[in-house]
Amino acid sequence: MAVDAQTVEKLAELARIAISEETIDEVSSRLGDVLQLVDQLQAVNTDGVAPMAHPLDEVQVLRKDEVTEPNRREDFLALAPQTEAGLYLVPKVID
Amino acid sequence: MEWEVVIGLEVHVQLATQSKIFSGASTAFGAEPNTQACAVDLAMPGTLPVPNEEAFRFAVMFGLAMNAEIGKRSVFERKNYFYPDLPKGYQTTQLEQPIVGAGQIEIHLEDGSSKTVRLHHAHLEEDAGKSLHEDFHGMSGIDLNRAGTPLIEIVSEPDMRSAAEAVAYLKKIHSIVTYLGISDGDMSQGSLRCDANVSVRLKGEEELGTRTEIKNLNSFRFIEKAIKVEAQRQIDLIEDGGKVTQETRLYDADKNETRSMRSKEVANDYRYFPCPDLLPVVLTDDYVEQIRSELPELPDAKCARFEKDYGLSAYDADQLTQERATADYFEQVAAKSGEPKLAANWVMGELAALLNREEKSIADSPVSAEHLAGLIARIKDNTISSKIAKQVFEAMANGDGDADTVIEAKGLKQVSDTGAIEKMVDDVIAASTSQVENYRNADPDKRPKMMGFFVGQIMKASKGQANPQMINKILKEKLDALL
Repeated sequence: MAVDAQTVEKLAELARIAISEETIDEVSSRLGDVLQLVDQLQAVNTDGVAPMAHPLDEVQVLRKDEVTEPNRREDFLALAPQTEAGLYLVPKVID
Repeated sequence: MEWEVVIGLEVHVQLATQSKIFSGASTAFGAEPNTQACAVDLAMPGTLPVPNEEAFRFAVMFGLAMNAEIGKRSVFERKNYFYPDLPKGYQTTQLEQPIVGAGQIEIHLEDGSSKTVRLHHAHLEEDAGKSLHEDFHGMSGIDLNRAGTPLIEIVSEPDMRSAAEAVAYLKKIHSIVTYLGISDGDMSQGSLRCDANVSVRLKGEEELGTRTEIKNLNSFRFIEKAIKVEAQRQIDLIEDGGKVTQETRLYDADKNETRSMRSKEVANDYRYFPCPDLLPVVLTDDYVEQIRSELPELPDAKCARFEKDYGLSAYDADQLTQERATADYFEQVAAKSGEPKLAANWVMGELAALLNREEKSIADSPVSAEHLAGLIARIKDNTISSKIAKQVFEAMANGDGDADTVIEAKGLKQVSDTGAIEKMVDDVIAASTSQVENYRNADPDKRPKMMGFFVGQIMKASKGQANPQMINKILKEKLDALL
């Protein structure tokens, strides 16, 4: 069950992944394989089984409300391609 | 055709925690850019979020104050979209199992009526960073200090029918979160922000019209104006044979209009899924009951108590309890002066006008509750008249000390000396022969009204300091003696 090319293109756009024309067919059939596996899983009768939000049947541990992180701005800024006045610079985004 | 406006609000409230919702970075406002953005907030590879227990406690407090169901098992999900102020490529939020479920609150309108607004749910999520678009050589500057600040998003049902109702609802939310102390509620700093979903339909129609969402409204005034102008736009559009498009719009305060934000962009497809980095958060009944037992007195309860204990009108009690700081101030003045009604009048009258004029909050009031109580005590014991009290109040606002100091220094003490007042009355009567003549010849029913002239003259002669009750009494005796 292949996923059509249009869906692949839309998913790639949403995920900001570049997929070249030549590879669309391959990606489409691979995604199809994944969906087939999901179909297989969905065939299992799960009546009366509560859905899980996480594969581990555990409960989240919370932390105390304390400031524990020091300012490491210069270290982080040094990793960015472009910075100015303590800000990370990115291609202009106007919504 | 009669149209009905239908409004639902999504309110984002920044929680007043010390640290972020998933990291130990500070949430303090106003720091240098990116000095409070740690590896977790920046989505560095290998980092993992750990939720802040205080954010949950605050959210539960809010849920209880909204008479809502508490999600004893809540689940974080990823809302996927790309924007530079959100380095992970998704916002960690809640969808299917939020911390606060359905609830309801009562809102109070200007005309004195009340209305119930239903809460759809409220969920915990992280705030995004800020994008700055000016002066970066055609690029955008990103400050991630705000990224990861805990928010509760409060989603109402579409229960509001006018801009005024929307504002009343928002004021109620503001009042509740500040009473609880879970947010500073400062709209100018973005601690409380609002998106409005607005649609119109013909009155009597059951089906909802197509809605638009107005984003990022950050003052009560703009919310009211934006909703009004957007509802009118939709009505005009439909009456001209057009159709409302479901879209996100932005309010332009300068032009007082809304405009479409995203015209070409494909519809958002957030592909929510449970966040694999976070386990479900489970709260016990004991935990929730403990928080319930620690809730402070909330606006509605305080309002009812003010009506009952202080004999205030419903309107006055409501006005005084909208802000916790105002309510606390009033209670101090009422207790110290022993005159709750006078205290209410002064807090809502002269004091409110003063704060408004000086653009100050009641916490920074130039006149302390103690000083105002002292002033009211002097009105009560007839040391000064209400009129002179206003003069004393102005002096206290200028920092001239407490009421007694001002009264003493300016010699404003009310004249209650019978001899002195009798003399002033005699002088005025002697100087007003024609008015006295008119008084004598007037119909007895008209006479009480005619006394106003003499009272005015005597007050003027005493520079407003003569005791008005005594003037009235002595004047009447002397005039009647002339009949």
